[in-house]
Amino acid sequence: MKLILDISFSSFATGIHQWLVGAVHSEGLVKVIEMVIAGLALLVFLVPLCFILGYMERKVAAFIQVRLGPNRVGPKGTLQIVADTIKLLFKEGLTPNASDKFLFNLAPMIVVVTSMLVMAPIAFAKNFQIWDISIGVLYVSSISSIAVIGILMAGWSSNNKYSLLGAMRSGAQIVSYELSVGLSLISIVILAGSLRMSDIVMSQENGWWIFKGHIPVLISFVIFLIASTAEINRAPFDLAEAEQELTAGFHTEYSGMKFAMFLLAEYINLFVVSAIAATLFLGGWMPFHIGHWHTFNFVMDYIPSSVWFLGKTFAIIFIIMQFRWTFPRLRVDQLLTLEWKYLLPVSMVNVILVTVMAIMGWHF
Amino acid sequence: MFLKEYFGSIYRSARSLLKGMKLTGYYFTHPKEIQTEEYPDNRATLTMFDRFKGEVTMPHNENNEHRCTGCQACEIACPNGTIKIITKQELQPDGKKKKAIDTFVYHLELCTMCNMCVLACPSDAIVMGQSFEHSVYDKRQLKKVLNQPGSKIMEGVE
Ligand code: SF4
Ligand code: SF4
Repeated sequence: MKLILDISFSSFATGIHQWLVGAVHSEGLVKVIEMVIAGLALLVFLVPLCFILGYMERKVAAFIQVRLGPNRVGPKGTLQIVADTIKLLFKEGLTPNASDKFLFNLAPMIVVVTSMLVMAPIAFAKNFQIWDISIGVLYVSSISSIAVIGILMAGWSSNNKYSLLGAMRSGAQIVSYELSVGLSLISIVILAGSLRMSDIVMSQENGWWIFKGHIPVLISFVIFLIASTAEINRAPFDLAEAEQELTAGFHTEYSGMKFAMFLLAEYINLFVVSAIAATLFLGGWMPFHIGHWHTFNFVMDYIPSSVWFLGKTFAIIFIIMQFRWTFPRLRVDQLLTLEWKYLLPVSMVNVILVTVMAIMGWHF
Repeated sequence: MFLKEYFGSIYRSARSLLKGMKLTGYYFTHPKEIQTEEYPDNRATLTMFDRFKGEVTMPHNENNEHRCTGCQACEIACPNGTIKIITKQELQPDGKKKKAIDTFVYHLELCTMCNMCVLACPSDAIVMGQSFEHSVYDKRQLKKVLNQPGSKIMEGVE
């Protein structure tokens, strides 16, 4: 029993590092090899993750709409996404004649790469993180805003009115909602006193911020959920795609694997956003502890930290999916009203409240 | 005043959004509410609802008797010319001749399942059936004769 519990992701990573240091004698080479391994591990993690999220999204949508969802390919339809991927692989990757071919082919790469870059500072388990950068939260919010360049590029280079309109909307949307996302992240940074992801997780050892921070943190959690749903262009904020009016928005002209990359980026973004919400507000890989109930806390400690992290993340993913299949879509003016008239003022006042709380030490 | 309005609108919209999420959450956690069925697998137990209109059928009783008098009201009522009634003169026991049905031809390929013929029939001889798996490779198979061979009219139907 003890042995199995000792095998964690962090000991696995340390093991690889020690083996490499022993086998390869140049320190620089060890670094390069480790980077390659980390990148590959990320890819190996992301592809099944996207399959799972795609399947989950369909099933959640179906159950909410009182349907059965995919149930033909594989047991209970689990292989449906594999079938879809194979279909997309065999589709012709069309590039329109009048498009700007270089930008057209570059855009999906930028979108995918930025969403993968954001994965770097996320703590997947105890002491298991690709890059524990000291400005983790700042890194996340700045890198994720690069994605809008890819979307604008896709819309512009397609040389299609629908795509351009979709891309412009997405630009307006991301630029506005970034403010609320940033402000709600800041409230946790104020409380934790650090931008480093691991510090933020460790600051929640005696309770998650959503419990410790009273109502202001709850408000910033809700604001973060709403604004980040908007930032990743998911319904009810999918104005950039807007199937009803813009066919598919910025990826109207994309087909085959290039289209699949946008889909991949969408699911990675969904995961990243939920992982960040889980890390900042729900304590990341920290187990759930209640005050002085030592037996209870002890049992909770036995659940592996990666399970805690993934469980919290998937709970938030489920909430975001439920948003998508419950709420009607917003109009463009309603979208901007929501941000500038409601979310932004509320989150500004909220930051002040959190600051006062942190200074007075009213949190636990 | 303005602040009251402002927070009031936030409260109202949050409440209505939560109401929606409660409903969808209820559906998600109660799979027995699911309306759709796995069709080809449940063929054996599949029952369509009462008012389903799959095709025009003519019920026969155990003595191979139907209720059709050959009045051709259904043929006239049909907007698509789907029904062709071929009648014959039958010799009654009392020596009189009487119009009776020879063949009830029903062209399924022309039928729009509008139910007009069933409503028009004065003696309730035809009803809409429940079967809907009508596809065939040869359209001649869609032409059907509804009165069974050797059948005759039921006693007492005028
Ligand atoms: S259902 Fe309508 S179309 Fe079909 S046979 Fe009767 S009257 Fe004609
Ligand atoms: S089916 Fe009814 S309406 Fe048609 S010929 Fe027979 S009795 Fe007349």
